[in-house]
Amino acid sequence: MFDFFFNLPVIVQGLIKGLAVICVIFPIAGVCSMAERKVAAWIQDRPGPNRAIVPWIAWIPFVGTFLQRLGLFHVMADGGKMLFKEDSLPGHVNKFYFIAAPILAMIPALTTVTVVPFGAYLSATGEVMPLALAPLDVGMLAVFAVASLGVYSLILAGWASNSKYPFLGSVRASAQLISYELSMTLSVIPVFLWINAPGREATLGFARAVEFQSQPGLWGGAWFGFLMPVSAFIFLVALFAETNRTPFDTIESEADLVGSFHTEYGAFKWGLFFVAEYSHMIVGSAVFVLLFFGGWNPLPWVPLATLVNWLGHFLPCAHAPLFVGVLSIAIFLLKTLFMIFFFMWVRWTVPRFRYDQVMKLGWQKLLPLSIANLLFYAVAIAFIQK
Amino acid sequence: MIQPAKPDLVTVNIDGKEIAVPKGTNVIEAARLVGVDVPHYCYHPKLSIVGNCRMCLVEMGLPAVDPATKAPVIDPATGKQKVNWIPRPQIGCGTNASPGLHIRTTSPMVKDCREGVMEFLLINHPLDCPICDQAGECKLQEQSTGYGRGYSRFIEQKNVKPKRTALGPRVMLDDERCILCARCVRFAKEIAKDDVLGFIDRGSYSTLTCYPGKKLENNYSLNTVDICPVGALTSTDFRFKMRVWFLKQTDSIDTESSVGANTVVWSREGQIYRITPRRNDAVNDTWMADSGRVLFKQVTSLDRLTASGSIDALVARAADLLKQGSVAIVGSGRSSVEEQFLTKKLAATFGATVSLVSRVGQGDRFLVSADKNPNLRGALVTGLISALPAPKLTELAAQIDAGKIKTVVTVNEDLTAAGLTASHLAKVSVIFVGTHRVPTIAIAKVVIPSLTVFEKNGTFVNQQFRLQKFAKAVPGPVGATDDLIILAKLAGLAVTDVAAVWKLLAAEVPALGTMSYANLPDTGLLLDATPWAALPFAEGATLHYQPAAAATA
Amino acid sequence: MAVLTLERKPLTFAERTYLPQIFGGLKTTFAHLVRKKQTLEYPEHRPAIPPGYRGVPTLVMDPNGREKCVSCQLCEFVCPPKAIRITPGEISPDAPNSHVEKAPQAFEIDMLRCIYCGLCQEVCPEEAIFLQNQFSMSGYTRAEMVHDKARLYELGGTLPDKHLKWDHKKAAAAHGNAH
Repeated sequence: MFDFFFNLPVIVQGLIKGLAVICVIFPIAGVCSMAERKVAAWIQDRPGPNRAIVPWIAWIPFVGTFLQRLGLFHVMADGGKMLFKEDSLPGHVNKFYFIAAPILAMIPALTTVTVVPFGAYLSATGEVMPLALAPLDVGMLAVFAVASLGVYSLILAGWASNSKYPFLGSVRASAQLISYELSMTLSVIPVFLWINAPGREATLGFARAVEFQSQPGLWGGAWFGFLMPVSAFIFLVALFAETNRTPFDTIESEADLVGSFHTEYGAFKWGLFFVAEYSHMIVGSAVFVLLFFGGWNPLPWVPLATLVNWLGHFLPCAHAPLFVGVLSIAIFLLKTLFMIFFFMWVRWTVPRFRYDQVMKLGWQKLLPLSIANLLFYAVAIAFIQK
Repeated sequence: MIQPAKPDLVTVNIDGKEIAVPKGTNVIEAARLVGVDVPHYCYHPKLSIVGNCRMCLVEMGLPAVDPATKAPVIDPATGKQKVNWIPRPQIGCGTNASPGLHIRTTSPMVKDCREGVMEFLLINHPLDCPICDQAGECKLQEQSTGYGRGYSRFIEQKNVKPKRTALGPRVMLDDERCILCARCVRFAKEIAKDDVLGFIDRGSYSTLTCYPGKKLENNYSLNTVDICPVGALTSTDFRFKMRVWFLKQTDSIDTESSVGANTVVWSREGQIYRITPRRNDAVNDTWMADSGRVLFKQVTSLDRLTASGSIDALVARAADLLKQGSVAIVGSGRSSVEEQFLTKKLAATFGATVSLVSRVGQGDRFLVSADKNPNLRGALVTGLISALPAPKLTELAAQIDAGKIKTVVTVNEDLTAAGLTASHLAKVSVIFVGTHRVPTIAIAKVVIPSLTVFEKNGTFVNQQFRLQKFAKAVPGPVGATDDLIILAKLAGLAVTDVAAVWKLLAAEVPALGTMSYANLPDTGLLLDATPWAALPFAEGATLHYQPAAAATA
Repeated sequence: MAVLTLERKPLTFAERTYLPQIFGGLKTTFAHLVRKKQTLEYPEHRPAIPPGYRGVPTLVMDPNGREKCVSCQLCEFVCPPKAIRITPGEISPDAPNSHVEKAPQAFEIDMLRCIYCGLCQEVCPEEAIFLQNQFSMSGYTRAEMVHDKARLYELGGTLPDKHLKWDHKKAAAAHGNAH
């Protein structure tokens, strides 16, 4: 069915994939920003943005009103505004790096997306095959390696702004991102120790992790979130810190740093930082779902294949690759979106930490905990797999 | 008039405070000296006493003496001499201080009396305060806050009286507001010597009115408005124009004649609303002429001169003319002392001849003198002139005819009105420094707009040789410059304000050697007039002024 | 006054991890997420204006259609931001309200300056100026935001009035003196 795609030259395939990433991530980032505003409003007992509407859509009964109340067109209005408002360039900045920073922010944000599998289909042999733009064997490593490049854009933005609050913000950003990367990396090692069981080809890809959560039996079907709760917890906390989300958003704390590294930015350049932040959130959530929440498996102890087989009783097309793919993508996307909702939920629940608290938590609490966690699982896994 | 060398002082005790006051001082004035206010309506320090408002009731008493032995009776409780208090209250205005007189102004009885009087006064007084021009400076309002009830026990209909009676061209009467103090009646009779006012009807129906066939139209009629303690008499000119609490008060001097009546200019946001007299017992008491109260209208008159360019450009053009030499200056008896001094400096700079224009008219023997130049004596004191000027500039005309003059600088004097013909003016270049359009500006080469007396600071020397200062009440119009600055620039001096001119004045004019503008008292300062005693001044006798010739005779 | 020493209880391990509190907080915020919204959606839904509300200042007429303001300028005097500007004037002796004698020639309230403090209403001896219910006032130009006398009366309309003191006065004048 998709043969014509695979018959295209590799370069063209890559270009199409890249465009697909942009076409998916930008709207999702936009919708996320609207979701952010809506969730904030609902938690504060407000209806949230509910005014913008395109005239001819407004004429559709019920649906028009519903879309208007949902605030979806505010996303378009916001995007239009970002695109068309004056893109000012302050006189005191280092122009080259100032413009380069938001572009640099986009590179890791969009690159990491490619290695994350987002669904699966059943091969002719009934095997679950992951769907990814670039299914790398070193997926986790690639994500860590590329995502941590994001800090350079923040440093560049803060430095090139040539203004004190952005600079302070970027210093905080670099310190915080580096601090939590340690714990984050250490927290996922038990997972990969477990899935690289003896006798199998070693991998750092995500597909294997999902596969391990799709096995039959009490232990096999359990998601890693249940098997390794401390790992999941550390990864989640570090993820909040890495994506600058409340309660770890001291980098952007407007009370003491105005707008932090994006103080001097406006219009589309500023918007790029936002898209980058949301795509970090999306990728982070996706990785978390893959590693600890079963990937595209619908429920713990209920793998995708089981669901498809069960559906096969009712739907003749249940085994079609396209159906399975869409189903798995939907399940995976739902989980990821719940994670993003969780990010927003936490934002309006937990107050922002002070900067020293962030550092103390990172170095004195999470790092020892993750080392202890790693040692415990290393010993336990060695013992079990012996 | 023979004055005792030292006034007899009598000691009175007011609310426990002893004070020595001149004999003949009444209780209200004596209390004022110790800072005690005795409320009053009909009493006015410059009018006769009638005692008809009863507001100034106070308790009085004399030290008790034994009738037989005349020995003081000592109160055993306090060890001091007993005071025999008069059982009924007495009016303060009608009682003169006598030795040992004791006065109580704060006792319950006094308070009761004042409240009672206030209640009676307010029975028929309309609730006009929101529309009444007196509101804010109304004695009835003031005393109501202290002694009014706050509500009325009077349930009957208030009297209805005429609300708009024109007593004269400038005075409007609202009979409902009148409290029958008769100050205006006494003023007309005693001060203005124009006995036209009186009361008709009786009791609460008493009504102020003019005698049949007469009108309150003398030149002092507006003083009745000033002294009216309530809003019964209002000025048609100021009526319903502005509430007094918005008005800024600036001390000034009446420029209509050499009497130099002290005035207060009432202005708001650069607009003058009225002029009232300021008490100066040596010059104008508390009065001024109606004619002096409309002088502020010149400030906004349509023929006011303004320039569109900068003052420096005008001065440069004038300087070009002055450089040719053969300059004559026509100074002014209406300029301030400081301006006359700078005129003199200007004349010295260019070796110019100086002439003034005299303005002699009719005096009224009260507060308008014959000399309509307010500051002719200032020109003498500063040395701008040494003899009295003539009404016409005949001497200057002769010089022009003789071809000795090329440029004439005139400080706010209309040369055509002062006797120079068109043929004279054709032979010279005229530099006009002035405030309003006069025929001279048609032929003037340079016209430099200047300020009126209300827009600048300065001093005048009046007919008594009393140096009196006036202050800037409102800012001048755009395009007009202070005469001081104009003259200083023309003369090449670097002074810009009165204080700086006074430093020069003190150095160069011996009569003013020890003074400065800031130290000049508000009531003026009498200068030594002996150097000019022989000059035949035009003024006749007016209030507080006798011509020197008559005085020596 | 005795000094009370409050004992500070040591935190339990669960409390020190901070996690139970975070979960409690998440529960609370989630409860709000699904709760009925408190917001009033303004242009469609208008708030009920309580009595005594201080809206846009207006001039009012009495029930007989008489202009109540007599231009006493007390509001101009008391106005903290100096938003009010009155040009007083005299009522012509031929006018039906000539017994009032005084009325504003011009009455301007600069709504760009007005701070809605209500002192003008409080100080008015004629009960002629009221801050009524209108709270939303905007315009496209500065001049539009300076309300002149006509606009102030248009906004104010007529309010009930029990005193009618000027009408009583006119009646008394018509009745004449008793003697």
